[in-house]
Amino acid sequence: MFSRRSDLPLKDDAATRFLPWLVAPMVFLCSIALAGAFIISALLGRWDRDVSGTLTVEIAAAPGEAGESAEQTRIRVEQALRILAGTPGVADARALTQEQLVGLLAPWLGNSDLLKELPLPAMIDVTLRPDRQIDVGALAEQLSQAVPGASLDDHRVWLSKLIDLSRNIERLAVGIVVLIGGVTSATVFYATRSGMAVHHDVIEVLHLIGAPDAYIARQFAERAFALGLKGGIAGLGLTLPVLIAIGLGARSLQGGFLADLSLPFSGWAAVVALPAVAALLAMLTARVTVHRTLARML
Amino acid sequence: MRRETADTANVVQFDSVGVRYEHGPEILQDIDFSLPAGSFHFVTGASGAGKSSILRLIYLAQRPNRGRIALFGRDVGAVRRYEMPALRRRIGVVFQDFRLLDHLSTLDNVALPLRVAGASEDDVRKFVPDLLNWVGLADHLHAKPPTLSGGQKQRVAIARAVIGRPELLLADEPTGNVDDQIAVRLMYLFEELNKLGTTVLIATHNENLVSRLRHPRLRLEHGRLRQD
Ligand SMILES: Nc1ncnc2c1ncn2[C@@H]1O[C@H](COP(=O)(O)OP(=O)(O)O)[C@@H](O)[C@H]1O
Ligand SMILES: [Mg+2]
Repeated sequence: MFSRRSDLPLKDDAATRFLPWLVAPMVFLCSIALAGAFIISALLGRWDRDVSGTLTVEIAAAPGEAGESAEQTRIRVEQALRILAGTPGVADARALTQEQLVGLLAPWLGNSDLLKELPLPAMIDVTLRPDRQIDVGALAEQLSQAVPGASLDDHRVWLSKLIDLSRNIERLAVGIVVLIGGVTSATVFYATRSGMAVHHDVIEVLHLIGAPDAYIARQFAERAFALGLKGGIAGLGLTLPVLIAIGLGARSLQGGFLADLSLPFSGWAAVVALPAVAALLAMLTARVTVHRTLARML
Repeated sequence: MRRETADTANVVQFDSVGVRYEHGPEILQDIDFSLPAGSFHFVTGASGAGKSSILRLIYLAQRPNRGRIALFGRDVGAVRRYEMPALRRRIGVVFQDFRLLDHLSTLDNVALPLRVAGASEDDVRKFVPDLLNWVGLADHLHAKPPTLSGGQKQRVAIARAVIGRPELLLADEPTGNVDDQIAVRLMYLFEELNKLGTTVLIATHNENLVSRLRHPRLRLEHGRLRQD
């Protein structure tokens, strides 16, 4: 695929010589955005596993003396269960029995008969269907408005908002990667065009001698590939220390969910492949540019 | 006026061809001629008569504004872009200003037609030095054109034009930069190639040369052709 000789004196071109200097920072920025996307997506995976599956609805005990309070609380639980049953994505919702509640509290309060006399809050265990996304925030809102004293497990509502935010950051990172690719491609396009203008006479002679467009395009494409790869590798050289420093910093945080801020293997693979991707993008752009431009010559 | 079927025995055929530049007058009008396979022709005329224009039409660097041109029996107007390289490779051209690539050695310049045609480097090594030897440039294989004399450049240009064994050889004022003695020797070279079957068309304003060699000529005068 790659021959070493070229009939066009592309090596000395001012028009393309700067390309590695552009590709290097582009690959650097792209790697950082890509690494960010991979780290966030790995976090998301873990959080998603945490929140999916189950939710807990807590309903505060209704005011009043014991008997009446228990009755009111039971009505609230039924209301909540009705809402949950009508929520898509909910597989099952089951109120904990008095015995189960007492069982839960026993380690702290002792297995006292007194517990049975206390106005206990009610708890509903909600099982979610794994195949459906559920809007936890909306459900929390709906429950707290319809059922006095009802609240959805706070931690999970918060986590679900964080997941939404992370997903948007992930999309932003992907957008940045695409944008950088577009800018790089556009630069290669203009560099190739000015290179072709500089070598117009040589190209014309090659044409008249019977060179097909592909013969000429190949020489520009190989040059663009070499320059793209050079810049890409330099960019990777800038990226690796930064990513390694972030990884070490994350490890030193220890504990908490931030401890897993390290780049997953697929992320490393993507970052390391980036110089080759940049080189291929440059090559393809140059090829298409030359073909398009030559098509307008006789 | 248009002949419907091109004569396939003719390597080149012009029918009522007209050429103008920009919005100027037609510098070539109603040009009709044909070059049978294996023929040797001169095209003559004063400077500015349109000799180079006729050659450019044949090597597909230019389209006629009017009329029809057939190459190797094919109507040039109907040739698709992607078919042109193959057609051009059947034609060898010695350009008036040589058009050598200054950054390439003599050897690489002459190798170009082989390489663009996809020939192997083995073939390049086999044929190019031999041919350069034959035109007397064996000592300049690795010289770059700017270091060569006018006559040497001319021989490089001729070698490049014939290395691909073209069926049609076009030369634009090939004797412009050399004295008469060398000019005659170049003509003998073209005659040798012609004897091997190559159709030859040479543009020149050197009447002296033309009269010494007995080949038919196409004489351009006032934009029209007078054949004798
Ligand atoms: N590219 C061009 N643009 C405008 N006029 C041209 C161009 N090339 C040639 N001409 C004109 O066409 C006429 C014929 O030119 P040319 O074919 O080069 O003649 P010759 O080779 O016989 O000297 C001349 O008058 C010249 O000025
Ligand atoms: Mg001329």
